[in-house]
Amino acid sequence: MNDSSDNLIEIRDLDYSRGSLQIFRGLNINIRRGEVTAIMGPSGTGKTTLLRLITRQLLPDHGTILVDGVDITKLNQADLYRLRQRFGMLFQNGALLTDLSVFENVAFPLREHTRLTNRLIRHIVLTKLHAVGLRGAADMMPRQLSGGMARRVALARAMVKDPEILIYDEPFVGLDPISMGVIVRLVRRMNDALGISSILVSHDVQEISSVSDRSYLISDGKVAASGSPQELSTATSDLVKQFMHGMADGPVAFHFKAPDYEEQLLGRDTD
Amino acid sequence: MGLLREIYQTLVQFVRTFGAFILFFLELVRHTPATLRKRFGLVVAQVHNTGTLSLVIIMVCGLFVGAVLGLQGFANLSRFNAEDTVGTFAAFALIKELGPVITALLFAGRAGTALASEIGLMKATDQLSAMEMMAVNPIRRVVVPRFLGGCVAMPFLTAVFSAIGLFGAHLVGVSLLGVDVGAFWQQMQQALSPKDIEEGIVKSIVFGGAASLVAVWEGYNCIPTAEGVGRATTRTVVITAIVVLILDFMITARYL
Repeated sequence: MNDSSDNLIEIRDLDYSRGSLQIFRGLNINIRRGEVTAIMGPSGTGKTTLLRLITRQLLPDHGTILVDGVDITKLNQADLYRLRQRFGMLFQNGALLTDLSVFENVAFPLREHTRLTNRLIRHIVLTKLHAVGLRGAADMMPRQLSGGMARRVALARAMVKDPEILIYDEPFVGLDPISMGVIVRLVRRMNDALGISSILVSHDVQEISSVSDRSYLISDGKVAASGSPQELSTATSDLVKQFMHGMADGPVAFHFKAPDYEEQLLGRDTD
Repeated sequence: MGLLREIYQTLVQFVRTFGAFILFFLELVRHTPATLRKRFGLVVAQVHNTGTLSLVIIMVCGLFVGAVLGLQGFANLSRFNAEDTVGTFAAFALIKELGPVITALLFAGRAGTALASEIGLMKATDQLSAMEMMAVNPIRRVVVPRFLGGCVAMPFLTAVFSAIGLFGAHLVGVSLLGVDVGAFWQQMQQALSPKDIEEGIVKSIVFGGAASLVAVWEGYNCIPTAEGVGRATTRTVVITAIVVLILDFMITARYL
């Protein structure tokens, strides 16, 4: 049992539904300070939705989300924006501002929230771009970048203000093996060197296991399992085994709910 | 019973949407002073963007609308031996009505759709959410500059439309059909009062505000998909056309 002061983010009894679809019911998660926490789960379990709830891009139907002891669901806009300045977020698709160059995209948070000189901003931006291997692309526009490059620029932008909490939504999608290796090491190194806390949402079990301190496996609106990557990889639960080892058979169905295959092919389901 | 329920639900939905639209407008007004103070450069860039987007189409259309007014005016007024008043006829039509209305419709079709689709695509590609996450209010950073840009550009575009239209009427009436050049301009000057010009200016400002507001509203509130953005751009043109014509009637009635 950990001390609650170790928890940077505490999610308690969270319920969230979209229309008639219940996505979370009674979800409880602790994100510890200084750790890399992974959120995993089959497609459609609401991992990205959870990130949007943690950052209050969405409001829950019920429950509390405490960030450093403050219930984020109850903040007014000014306080919310103040709190968000402590976050950095990498979106699934990068979400670069298409009317700004790569350099200006990374410089954007600094220009908006600081009064640093252009010289200093240039220094910081080039340092961050160098860390993701794209210093040479500083003058390019987002439309000239590949998907993987755009995500690396977005990562540089997410960390440009050295945030306390870095949130990565599927950081490894679309990266070639070399870039993925570099980014995995960068996530770990930044977390340890800067003493920040990181939350990762990903399907890449191998990569996530190599970088995270603690993982949560979400299924059916709740935490199905949690623990260190080693604990999860040796877990005996059918669901955890199926997910961690990528097995086709298990409690999580590969096929979306559908009528009987034979009946449908023979057209009997329309009778 | 089903029909009544449908009518009731449509009515409730309309009131809800209208309320949200008014709140959105008030939000824009609330952020306008801060945007002008801190992001004046963005507003200037948007005036340039929306202005240049529509300038060519406005000039071409203005020329031909004026030319048609010159032709129609000459053909009909000459039946009463009043062809010298072609200039007055064209000036009244352009400055009080056609200038503001057609400019607003062309603006909606060119710059309005561009604004709606740009904001809609920013929403669909999470750019607005990314701004929110960087503690930057997208209303202040994206929407207000585009709204103000449209509001400022529209009166200038209307002035250009009317001026080019008068040139077109002059070209046809005076240069082609032989109306006396002195009578063309002299009678126009005598007939037009400052109130007529004021009516045209007021209309261009109101239509500019309405067209820009509809465009940014549709873009900001679109469903963030390709289909949603497409629908938002179409709605921008349709709603602007309806709103502008209703407002035109109201302002005209006020000035009579």
